[in-house]
Amino acid sequence: MSEQTVERTTVAARAAWSAVVRAGATLTITDLHGNQAVDFLVYDAGDTSVRYSAPDTIQAQGNIFLTTGSVLMSNEHTPLMTVVADDVGRHDTVGGACSKESNTLRYGHHTWSQHACVDNFLAEGARYGLGKRDLVSNINWYMNVPVEKDGTLGIVDGISAPGLSLTLRAERDVLVLVSNCPQINNPCNGFEPTAVEMTIGAPE
Amino acid sequence: MATATTYGARAHARAQEGTRAEAMPVVPASAWPAPPCEAGHLVWAETVACGNYTHKVLARGTELRLTDLSGDACAHLLLFAADRPWERLNVADTVKVQWNAYLGEGQLLLSDQGRVLATVIADTSGRHDALCGTSGLVRNTERYGDGAPQSESPAGRELFKLAAAKNGLAPRDLPPSLSFFQGVEVREDGSLDFTGSAGPGVSVTLRTEQDVTVLLANVPHPADPREAYTSTPLEVLAWRAEATRSGDPLWEATPEGHRAFLNTAEFLAARGIA
Repeated sequence: MSEQTVERTTVAARAAWSAVVRAGATLTITDLHGNQAVDFLVYDAGDTSVRYSAPDTIQAQGNIFLTTGSVLMSNEHTPLMTVVADDVGRHDTVGGACSKESNTLRYGHHTWSQHACVDNFLAEGARYGLGKRDLVSNINWYMNVPVEKDGTLGIVDGISAPGLSLTLRAERDVLVLVSNCPQINNPCNGFEPTAVEMTIGAPE
Repeated sequence: MATATTYGARAHARAQEGTRAEAMPVVPASAWPAPPCEAGHLVWAETVACGNYTHKVLARGTELRLTDLSGDACAHLLLFAADRPWERLNVADTVKVQWNAYLGEGQLLLSDQGRVLATVIADTSGRHDALCGTSGLVRNTERYGDGAPQSESPAGRELFKLAAAKNGLAPRDLPPSLSFFQGVEVREDGSLDFTGSAGPGVSVTLRTEQDVTVLLANVPHPADPREAYTSTPLEVLAWRAEATRSGDPLWEATPEGHRAFLNTAEFLAARGIA
Protein backbone atom coordinates (compact mmCIF):
# COMPACT_ATOMS: atom_id res chain seq x y z
CA MET A 1 0.00 0.00 0.00
CA SER A 2 1.51 3.25 -1.10
CA GLU A 3 -0.87 5.60 0.63
CA GLN A 4 0.09 7.45 3.73
CA THR A 5 -0.63 5.72 7.02
CA VAL A 6 -2.72 7.98 9.20
CA GLU A 7 -3.26 5.63 12.10
CA ARG A 8 -1.81 2.31 13.17
CA THR A 9 -3.08 0.51 16.26
CA THR A 10 -2.39 -2.83 17.79
CA VAL A 11 -5.58 -4.28 19.24
CA ALA A 12 -4.75 -6.49 22.19
CA ALA A 13 -6.06 -10.01 22.40
CA ARG A 14 -9.73 -10.07 23.52
CA ALA A 15 -10.14 -6.29 23.18
CA ALA A 16 -12.57 -4.08 21.26
CA TRP A 17 -11.63 -1.33 18.80
CA SER A 18 -13.47 1.22 16.68
CA ALA A 19 -12.77 4.01 14.24
CA VAL A 20 -14.44 6.25 11.72
CA VAL A 21 -12.95 5.55 8.29
CA ARG A 22 -13.53 8.37 5.84
CA ALA A 23 -14.83 7.73 2.32
CA GLY A 24 -11.97 6.59 0.11
CA ALA A 25 -9.67 5.78 3.02
CA THR A 26 -8.52 2.23 3.63
CA LEU A 27 -8.48 -0.03 6.64
CA THR A 28 -5.94 -2.85 6.71
CA ILE A 29 -6.47 -5.64 9.24
CA THR A 30 -3.35 -7.68 9.90
CA ASP A 31 -3.54 -11.12 11.51
CA LEU A 32 -0.23 -10.67 13.35
CA HIS A 33 0.07 -14.14 14.83
CA GLY A 34 -2.19 -16.17 12.52
CA ASN A 35 -5.75 -17.51 12.66
CA GLN A 36 -7.21 -14.79 14.85
CA ALA A 37 -10.88 -14.14 14.15
CA VAL A 38 -11.71 -10.44 13.89
CA ASP A 39 -15.43 -9.84 14.44
CA PHE A 40 -16.45 -6.80 12.43
CA LEU A 41 -19.49 -4.54 12.06
CA VAL A 42 -19.72 -1.40 9.93
CA TYR A 43 -22.22 1.45 9.96
CA ASP A 44 -22.84 4.53 7.84
CA ALA A 45 -21.13 7.10 10.07
CA GLY A 46 -23.81 9.67 9.27
CA ASP A 47 -26.78 7.40 9.94
CA THR A 48 -26.04 4.30 11.99
CA SER A 49 -29.45 2.81 11.19
CA VAL A 50 -27.79 2.02 7.85
CA ARG A 51 -25.46 -0.82 8.74
CA TYR A 52 -23.73 -3.91 7.45
CA SER A 53 -26.16 -6.58 6.30
CA ALA A 54 -24.86 -10.10 5.85
CA PRO A 55 -27.91 -11.09 3.76
CA ASP A 56 -27.57 -8.07 1.42
CA THR A 57 -23.87 -8.77 1.02
CA ILE A 58 -24.55 -12.44 0.23
CA GLN A 59 -27.37 -11.49 -2.18
CA ALA A 60 -25.17 -9.00 -4.00
CA GLN A 61 -22.29 -11.40 -4.66
CA GLY A 62 -24.19 -14.70 -4.67
CA ASN A 63 -21.64 -16.23 -2.31
CA ILE A 64 -21.29 -16.56 1.45
CA PHE A 65 -17.49 -16.10 1.52
CA LEU A 66 -15.75 -12.73 1.41
CA THR A 67 -12.53 -12.01 -0.45
CA THR A 68 -11.01 -9.43 -2.81
CA GLY A 69 -13.81 -7.70 -4.72
CA SER A 70 -16.49 -8.39 -2.14
CA VAL A 71 -18.63 -5.36 -1.40
CA LEU A 72 -19.95 -5.05 2.15
CA MET A 73 -23.56 -4.01 1.61
CA SER A 74 -25.86 -2.21 4.01
CA ASN A 75 -29.39 -3.17 5.05
CA GLU A 76 -30.53 -0.61 2.45
CA HIS A 77 -28.46 -2.44 -0.17
CA THR A 78 -25.91 0.35 -0.51
CA PRO A 79 -22.13 -0.23 -0.50
CA LEU A 80 -20.32 0.53 2.76
CA MET A 81 -16.84 -0.91 2.11
CA THR A 82 -15.07 -2.99 -0.54
CA VAL A 83 -12.40 -5.64 0.02
CA VAL A 84 -9.53 -4.40 -2.16
CA ALA A 85 -6.84 -6.87 -1.05
CA ASP A 86 -6.89 -10.21 0.74
CA ASP A 87 -4.02 -12.59 1.48
CA VAL A 88 -6.27 -15.36 2.78
CA GLY A 89 -9.00 -16.09 0.23
CA ARG A 90 -12.15 -16.45 2.21
CA HIS A 91 -13.77 -15.04 5.32
CA ASP A 92 -17.03 -15.80 7.12
CA THR A 93 -20.41 -14.04 6.85
CA VAL A 94 -22.58 -16.68 8.51
CA GLY A 95 -21.36 -17.51 12.02
CA GLY A 96 -22.01 -14.20 13.75
CA ALA A 97 -20.46 -13.19 17.04
CA CYS A 98 -19.80 -15.35 20.06
CA SER A 99 -21.74 -14.35 23.14
CA LYS A 100 -21.87 -15.51 26.72
CA GLU A 101 -25.39 -16.69 25.95
CA SER A 102 -24.61 -18.70 22.81
CA ASN A 103 -21.52 -20.12 24.53
CA THR A 104 -23.85 -21.75 27.06
CA LEU A 105 -25.57 -23.52 24.16
CA ARG A 106 -22.49 -24.44 22.15
CA TYR A 107 -20.24 -25.58 24.99
CA GLY A 108 -22.11 -25.52 28.31
CA HIS A 109 -22.85 -23.25 31.23
CA HIS A 110 -19.29 -23.56 32.54
CA THR A 111 -18.27 -20.96 29.90
CA TRP A 112 -20.52 -18.25 31.35
CA SER A 113 -17.74 -16.20 32.92
CA GLN A 114 -15.69 -16.09 29.72
CA HIS A 115 -15.51 -12.85 27.74
CA ALA A 116 -17.25 -12.77 24.33
CA CYS A 117 -17.53 -10.67 21.17
CA VAL A 118 -21.06 -9.42 21.82
CA ASP A 119 -19.85 -7.85 25.06
CA ASN A 120 -17.04 -6.14 23.15
CA PHE A 121 -19.53 -4.85 20.57
CA LEU A 122 -21.91 -3.60 23.26
CA ALA A 123 -19.18 -1.80 25.18
CA GLU A 124 -17.55 -0.25 22.12
CA GLY A 125 -20.86 0.59 20.41
CA ALA A 126 -22.12 2.38 23.51
CA ARG A 127 -19.41 5.01 22.93
CA TYR A 128 -21.36 6.03 19.82
CA GLY A 129 -24.86 5.65 21.23
CA LEU A 130 -25.32 2.20 19.72
CA GLY A 131 -27.15 -0.42 21.74
CA LYS A 132 -28.13 -4.03 21.55
CA ARG A 133 -30.65 -3.51 18.77
CA ASP A 134 -27.85 -2.16 16.57
CA LEU A 135 -25.96 -5.46 16.66
CA VAL A 136 -26.61 -7.82 13.77
CA SER A 137 -24.89 -10.77 12.07
CA ASN A 138 -21.29 -9.62 11.65
CA ILE A 139 -18.30 -10.51 9.52
CA ASN A 140 -15.64 -12.79 10.94
CA TRP A 141 -12.38 -11.97 9.19
CA TYR A 142 -9.93 -14.90 9.23
CA MET A 143 -12.61 -17.32 10.43
CA ASN A 144 -13.18 -20.49 8.41
CA VAL A 145 -16.79 -21.75 8.29
CA PRO A 146 -17.38 -24.30 5.52
CA VAL A 147 -20.88 -25.61 4.69
CA GLU A 148 -21.22 -29.28 3.75
CA LYS A 149 -23.64 -30.56 1.13
CA ASP A 150 -26.14 -31.57 3.84
CA GLY A 151 -25.97 -28.09 5.36
CA THR A 152 -23.67 -29.00 8.23
CA LEU A 153 -21.56 -25.98 9.04
CA GLY A 154 -18.97 -25.32 11.67
CA ILE A 155 -16.04 -23.20 12.71
CA VAL A 156 -12.99 -25.26 11.75
CA ASP A 157 -9.23 -24.71 11.74
CA GLY A 158 -8.34 -21.45 10.06
CA ILE A 159 -6.50 -20.96 6.76
CA SER A 160 -4.75 -17.74 7.74
CA ALA A 161 -1.14 -17.40 8.91
CA PRO A 162 1.02 -14.90 10.82
CA GLY A 163 1.29 -11.55 9.05
CA LEU A 164 -1.46 -12.09 6.50
CA SER A 165 -3.72 -9.12 5.96
CA LEU A 166 -6.72 -7.78 4.13
CA THR A 167 -7.58 -4.24 3.11
CA LEU A 168 -10.97 -2.56 2.91
CA ARG A 169 -11.80 0.71 1.18
CA ALA A 170 -14.57 2.84 2.64
CA GLU A 171 -17.25 3.69 0.08
CA ARG A 172 -18.64 6.39 2.35
CA ASP A 173 -17.76 7.66 5.82
CA VAL A 174 -18.19 4.58 7.98
CA LEU A 175 -17.98 3.65 11.63
CA VAL A 176 -16.21 0.34 12.16
CA LEU A 177 -16.67 -1.74 15.33
CA VAL A 178 -14.27 -4.58 15.94
CA SER A 179 -14.08 -7.32 18.54
CA ASN A 180 -10.76 -9.12 18.58
CA CYS A 181 -12.42 -12.44 19.31
CA PRO A 182 -11.77 -13.85 22.80
CA GLN A 183 -13.25 -17.30 22.06
CA ILE A 184 -11.24 -20.22 23.49
CA ASN A 185 -13.70 -23.08 22.92
CA ASN A 186 -13.34 -23.48 19.15
CA PRO A 187 -10.48 -23.18 16.65
CA CYS A 188 -11.38 -19.67 15.39
CA ASN A 189 -8.43 -18.23 17.32
CA GLY A 190 -6.34 -21.37 17.38
CA PHE A 191 -7.55 -21.71 21.00
CA GLU A 192 -5.30 -18.81 21.97
CA PRO A 193 -6.52 -15.26 21.20
CA THR A 194 -3.77 -12.94 19.96
CA ALA A 195 -3.33 -9.30 18.98
CA VAL A 196 -4.21 -7.91 15.56
CA GLU A 197 -3.17 -4.67 13.87
CA MET A 198 -5.43 -2.01 12.38
CA THR A 199 -3.97 0.45 9.88
CA ILE A 200 -5.98 3.31 8.44
CA GLY A 201 -4.60 4.68 5.19
CA ALA A 202 -5.43 8.09 3.76
CA PRO A 203 -7.62 8.31 0.65
CA GLU A 204 -5.72 7.92 -2.57
CA MET B 1 -74.82 10.14 -5.71
CA ALA B 2 -75.34 7.66 -2.89
CA THR B 3 -72.26 8.91 -1.06
CA ALA B 4 -72.97 12.64 -1.35
CA THR B 5 -74.26 12.76 2.22
CA THR B 6 -72.96 11.37 5.52
CA TYR B 7 -75.95 9.03 5.73
CA GLY B 8 -75.41 7.81 2.19
CA ALA B 9 -71.67 7.36 2.71
CA ARG B 10 -72.33 5.38 5.90
CA ALA B 11 -74.82 3.13 4.15
CA HIS B 12 -72.42 2.64 1.24
CA ALA B 13 -69.57 1.67 3.56
CA ARG B 14 -71.75 -0.68 5.60
CA ALA B 15 -73.06 -2.39 2.46
CA GLN B 16 -69.54 -3.82 1.96
CA GLU B 17 -69.95 -6.15 4.93
CA GLY B 18 -69.55 -9.79 4.03
CA THR B 19 -67.38 -9.15 0.97
CA ARG B 20 -64.81 -11.88 0.47
CA ALA B 21 -61.35 -11.26 -0.94
CA GLU B 22 -58.83 -13.89 -2.02
CA ALA B 23 -56.44 -12.57 0.62
CA MET B 24 -57.85 -11.40 3.94
CA PRO B 25 -57.92 -12.19 7.64
CA VAL B 26 -60.92 -14.17 8.83
CA VAL B 27 -62.23 -12.58 12.04
CA PRO B 28 -63.03 -14.29 14.29
CA ALA B 29 -60.51 -16.99 13.35
CA SER B 30 -63.00 -19.58 14.61
CA ALA B 31 -65.05 -18.87 11.48
CA TRP B 32 -62.32 -20.48 9.33
CA PRO B 33 -64.06 -23.33 7.50
CA ALA B 34 -61.79 -26.30 8.20
CA PRO B 35 -59.56 -25.70 11.21
CA PRO B 36 -56.57 -28.07 11.56
CA CYS B 37 -57.01 -28.07 15.34
CA GLU B 38 -59.60 -28.58 18.04
CA ALA B 39 -62.73 -26.51 17.52
CA GLY B 40 -62.40 -23.09 19.11
CA HIS B 41 -58.60 -23.20 19.39
CA LEU B 42 -57.85 -21.21 16.24
CA VAL B 43 -56.49 -17.73 17.07
CA TRP B 44 -55.28 -16.53 13.67
CA ALA B 45 -56.65 -17.31 10.21
CA GLU B 46 -55.46 -15.20 7.33
CA THR B 47 -54.47 -15.35 3.71
CA VAL B 48 -51.64 -12.92 3.00
CA ALA B 49 -51.68 -11.42 -0.49
CA CYS B 50 -48.61 -11.57 -2.70
CA GLY B 51 -46.35 -8.60 -1.94
CA ASN B 52 -48.02 -8.03 1.42
CA TYR B 53 -47.38 -8.51 5.13
CA THR B 54 -49.01 -9.36 8.42
CA HIS B 55 -48.07 -9.51 12.11
CA LYS B 56 -49.40 -10.89 15.37
CA VAL B 57 -48.44 -11.37 18.98
CA LEU B 58 -48.73 -15.06 19.83
CA ALA B 59 -48.74 -16.65 23.26
CA ARG B 60 -46.21 -19.31 24.21
CA GLY B 61 -47.49 -22.71 23.15
CA THR B 62 -49.18 -21.59 19.93
CA GLU B 63 -48.77 -23.59 16.74
CA LEU B 64 -48.36 -21.45 13.62
CA ARG B 65 -48.82 -23.12 10.25
CA LEU B 66 -47.70 -21.36 7.08
CA THR B 67 -48.90 -22.82 3.78
CA ASP B 68 -47.71 -22.03 0.28
CA LEU B 69 -51.09 -22.37 -1.42
CA SER B 70 -50.04 -22.07 -5.07
CA GLY B 71 -46.29 -22.71 -5.05
CA ASP B 72 -44.86 -19.21 -5.30
CA ALA B 73 -45.27 -17.90 -1.78
CA CYS B 74 -42.17 -17.00 0.18
CA ALA B 75 -42.76 -16.37 3.88
CA HIS B 76 -40.12 -14.02 5.30
CA LEU B 77 -40.17 -14.24 9.07
CA LEU B 78 -38.94 -12.22 12.03
CA LEU B 79 -39.57 -13.05 15.69
CA PHE B 80 -39.22 -10.83 18.76
CA ALA B 81 -39.89 -11.68 22.39
CA ALA B 82 -43.25 -9.97 22.90
CA ASP B 83 -42.88 -6.70 24.84
CA ARG B 84 -39.10 -7.27 25.12
CA PRO B 85 -38.00 -6.73 21.53
CA TRP B 86 -34.31 -6.49 22.45
CA GLU B 87 -34.50 -10.29 22.54
CA ARG B 88 -35.10 -11.33 18.96
CA LEU B 89 -34.41 -13.93 16.31
CA ASN B 90 -30.70 -14.38 15.75
CA VAL B 91 -30.16 -16.18 12.45
CA ALA B 92 -26.40 -16.52 12.97
CA ASP B 93 -26.86 -18.21 16.34
CA THR B 94 -29.68 -20.33 14.90
CA VAL B 95 -27.43 -21.88 12.25
CA LYS B 96 -24.17 -21.86 14.21
CA VAL B 97 -25.50 -23.36 17.44
CA GLN B 98 -27.31 -26.13 15.54
CA TRP B 99 -24.35 -26.79 13.22
CA ASN B 100 -26.59 -26.47 10.17
CA ALA B 101 -27.20 -23.80 7.55
CA TYR B 102 -30.55 -25.22 6.50
CA LEU B 103 -33.92 -24.94 8.20
CA GLY B 104 -36.30 -27.82 8.65
CA GLU B 105 -38.30 -29.97 11.01
CA GLY B 106 -36.78 -30.18 14.47
CA GLN B 107 -34.84 -26.96 14.12
CA LEU B 108 -35.05 -24.33 16.86
CA LEU B 109 -35.36 -20.64 16.05
CA LEU B 110 -33.01 -19.11 18.60
CA SER B 111 -32.81 -15.65 20.08
CA ASP B 112 -29.61 -13.76 20.84
CA GLN B 113 -30.11 -14.66 24.50
CA GLY B 114 -29.43 -18.37 24.15
CA ARG B 115 -33.13 -19.16 24.34
CA VAL B 116 -35.74 -20.63 22.02
CA LEU B 117 -38.35 -18.36 20.46
CA ALA B 118 -40.00 -21.05 18.35
CA THR B 119 -39.45 -24.56 17.04
CA VAL B 120 -40.11 -26.00 13.59
CA ILE B 121 -42.33 -28.99 14.35
CA ALA B 122 -43.44 -29.93 10.83
CA ASP B 123 -42.20 -29.20 7.32
CA THR B 124 -43.48 -30.66 4.06
CA SER B 125 -41.48 -28.25 1.89
CA GLY B 126 -37.80 -28.59 2.75
CA ARG B 127 -37.00 -25.49 0.65
CA HIS B 128 -36.02 -22.66 2.97
CA ASP B 129 -33.29 -20.12 3.49
CA ALA B 130 -31.40 -18.60 6.41
CA LEU B 131 -28.71 -16.83 4.38
CA CYS B 132 -30.17 -14.34 1.92
CA GLY B 133 -32.58 -12.42 4.13
CA THR B 134 -35.32 -10.50 2.39
CA SER B 135 -35.51 -8.06 -0.50
CA GLY B 136 -34.80 -4.35 -0.30
CA LEU B 137 -36.02 -1.19 -2.00
CA VAL B 138 -32.86 -0.44 -3.98
CA ARG B 139 -32.51 -3.90 -5.48
CA ASN B 140 -36.23 -4.33 -6.19
CA THR B 141 -36.15 -0.99 -7.98
CA GLU B 142 -33.22 -2.21 -10.07
CA ARG B 143 -34.82 -5.58 -10.79
CA TYR B 144 -38.55 -4.83 -11.04
CA GLY B 145 -38.75 -1.05 -11.40
CA ASP B 146 -40.02 -0.37 -7.87
CA GLY B 147 -39.89 -1.71 -4.33
CA ALA B 148 -42.15 0.64 -2.38
CA PRO B 149 -45.00 -0.88 -0.35
CA GLN B 150 -47.66 0.65 -2.62
CA SER B 151 -45.98 -0.57 -5.80
CA GLU B 152 -46.57 -3.76 -7.76
CA SER B 153 -43.28 -5.17 -6.44
CA PRO B 154 -42.93 -4.35 -2.74
CA ALA B 155 -39.64 -5.20 -1.05
CA GLY B 156 -39.70 -7.39 2.04
CA ARG B 157 -37.70 -4.95 4.12
CA GLU B 158 -40.11 -2.10 3.31
CA LEU B 159 -43.00 -4.29 4.50
CA PHE B 160 -41.07 -5.36 7.61
CA LYS B 161 -40.55 -1.66 8.43
CA LEU B 162 -44.33 -1.18 8.42
CA ALA B 163 -45.04 -4.32 10.44
CA ALA B 164 -42.31 -3.29 12.90
CA ALA B 165 -43.70 0.23 13.26
CA LYS B 166 -47.08 -1.20 14.21
CA ASN B 167 -45.36 -3.00 17.07
CA GLY B 168 -43.45 0.04 18.29
CA LEU B 169 -40.26 -0.99 16.50
CA ALA B 170 -37.98 0.99 14.20
CA PRO B 171 -35.84 -0.08 11.22
CA ARG B 172 -32.88 -0.38 13.62
CA ASP B 173 -34.79 -3.21 15.32
CA LEU B 174 -34.86 -5.34 12.18
CA PRO B 175 -32.18 -8.05 12.11
CA PRO B 176 -31.60 -10.50 9.23
CA SER B 177 -34.72 -12.60 8.60
CA LEU B 178 -35.47 -16.19 7.60
CA SER B 179 -37.61 -17.30 4.69
CA PHE B 180 -39.68 -20.38 3.97
CA PHE B 181 -40.80 -22.08 0.71
CA GLN B 182 -38.02 -20.98 -1.66
CA GLY B 183 -34.85 -22.95 -1.21
CA VAL B 184 -31.20 -21.94 -1.36
CA GLU B 185 -28.27 -24.34 -1.05
CA VAL B 186 -24.60 -23.55 -0.62
CA ARG B 187 -22.02 -25.08 -2.95
CA GLU B 188 -18.54 -26.01 -1.72
CA ASP B 189 -17.06 -22.74 -3.02
CA GLY B 190 -19.64 -20.74 -1.05
CA SER B 191 -21.76 -19.84 -4.07
CA LEU B 192 -25.52 -20.20 -3.85
CA ASP B 193 -27.84 -22.52 -5.72
CA PHE B 194 -31.45 -21.29 -5.79
CA THR B 195 -33.60 -24.44 -5.68
CA GLY B 196 -36.93 -22.61 -5.55
CA SER B 197 -40.28 -24.01 -4.55
CA ALA B 198 -41.33 -27.54 -3.61
CA GLY B 199 -44.68 -26.90 -5.28
CA PRO B 200 -48.14 -25.89 -4.14
CA GLY B 201 -49.76 -27.00 -0.91
CA VAL B 202 -46.66 -27.42 1.25
CA SER B 203 -46.53 -26.09 4.77
CA VAL B 204 -44.29 -25.37 7.73
CA THR B 205 -45.55 -25.46 11.31
CA LEU B 206 -43.84 -23.52 14.08
CA ARG B 207 -44.50 -23.81 17.80
CA THR B 208 -43.91 -20.74 19.93
CA GLU B 209 -41.77 -21.36 23.02
CA GLN B 210 -42.16 -17.83 24.42
CA ASP B 211 -44.72 -15.08 23.86
CA VAL B 212 -43.54 -13.71 20.53
CA THR B 213 -44.24 -10.89 18.11
CA VAL B 214 -44.37 -12.41 14.64
CA LEU B 215 -43.67 -10.32 11.54
CA LEU B 216 -44.37 -11.96 8.17
CA ALA B 217 -43.79 -10.63 4.67
CA ASN B 218 -44.87 -12.58 1.58
CA VAL B 219 -42.57 -11.42 -1.22
CA PRO B 220 -40.37 -13.17 -3.81
CA HIS B 221 -37.10 -14.57 -2.52
CA PRO B 222 -34.25 -12.12 -3.24
CA ALA B 223 -32.34 -14.82 -5.14
CA ASP B 224 -35.36 -15.80 -7.27
CA PRO B 225 -33.90 -15.44 -10.77
CA ARG B 226 -37.21 -14.94 -12.55
CA GLU B 227 -37.50 -11.59 -14.29
CA ALA B 228 -41.08 -11.02 -13.18
CA TYR B 229 -41.99 -10.32 -9.57
CA THR B 230 -43.53 -13.73 -8.87
CA SER B 231 -45.55 -14.18 -5.71
CA THR B 232 -48.70 -16.06 -4.71
CA PRO B 233 -50.81 -15.99 -1.52
CA LEU B 234 -49.64 -17.34 1.83
CA GLU B 235 -52.05 -19.01 4.23
CA VAL B 236 -51.47 -18.37 7.93
CA LEU B 237 -53.26 -20.38 10.63
CA ALA B 238 -52.42 -20.42 14.34
CA TRP B 239 -54.02 -22.26 17.23
CA ARG B 240 -53.59 -22.78 20.94
CA ALA B 241 -51.45 -25.82 21.75
CA GLU B 242 -48.61 -26.69 24.12
CA ALA B 243 -45.01 -25.49 24.27
CA THR B 244 -42.25 -28.11 24.13
CA ARG B 245 -41.72 -29.77 27.51
CA SER B 246 -39.21 -32.05 29.15
CA GLY B 247 -39.99 -35.54 27.83
CA ASP B 248 -40.90 -34.36 24.32
CA PRO B 249 -38.51 -35.87 21.75
CA LEU B 250 -37.40 -32.38 20.70
CA TRP B 251 -36.38 -31.44 24.27
CA GLU B 252 -33.20 -33.52 24.22
CA ALA B 253 -32.81 -34.05 20.47
CA THR B 254 -29.41 -32.28 20.54
CA PRO B 255 -27.22 -31.16 23.45
CA GLU B 256 -27.24 -27.56 22.18
CA GLY B 257 -31.02 -27.53 21.79
CA HIS B 258 -31.47 -29.12 25.19
CA ARG B 259 -29.52 -26.30 26.82
CA ALA B 260 -31.57 -23.76 24.84
CA PHE B 261 -34.77 -25.28 26.23
CA LEU B 262 -33.27 -25.30 29.73
CA ASN B 263 -32.27 -21.62 29.41
CA THR B 264 -35.79 -20.80 28.22
CA ALA B 265 -37.45 -22.75 31.03
CA GLU B 266 -35.16 -21.11 33.60
CA PHE B 267 -35.99 -17.65 32.28
CA LEU B 268 -39.74 -18.29 32.28
CA ALA B 269 -39.65 -19.85 35.75
CA ALA B 270 -37.74 -16.91 37.19
CA ARG B 271 -40.38 -14.54 35.78
CA GLY B 272 -43.15 -16.72 37.18
CA ILE B 273 -44.49 -17.41 33.69
CA ALA B 274 -44.13 -21.17 33.27
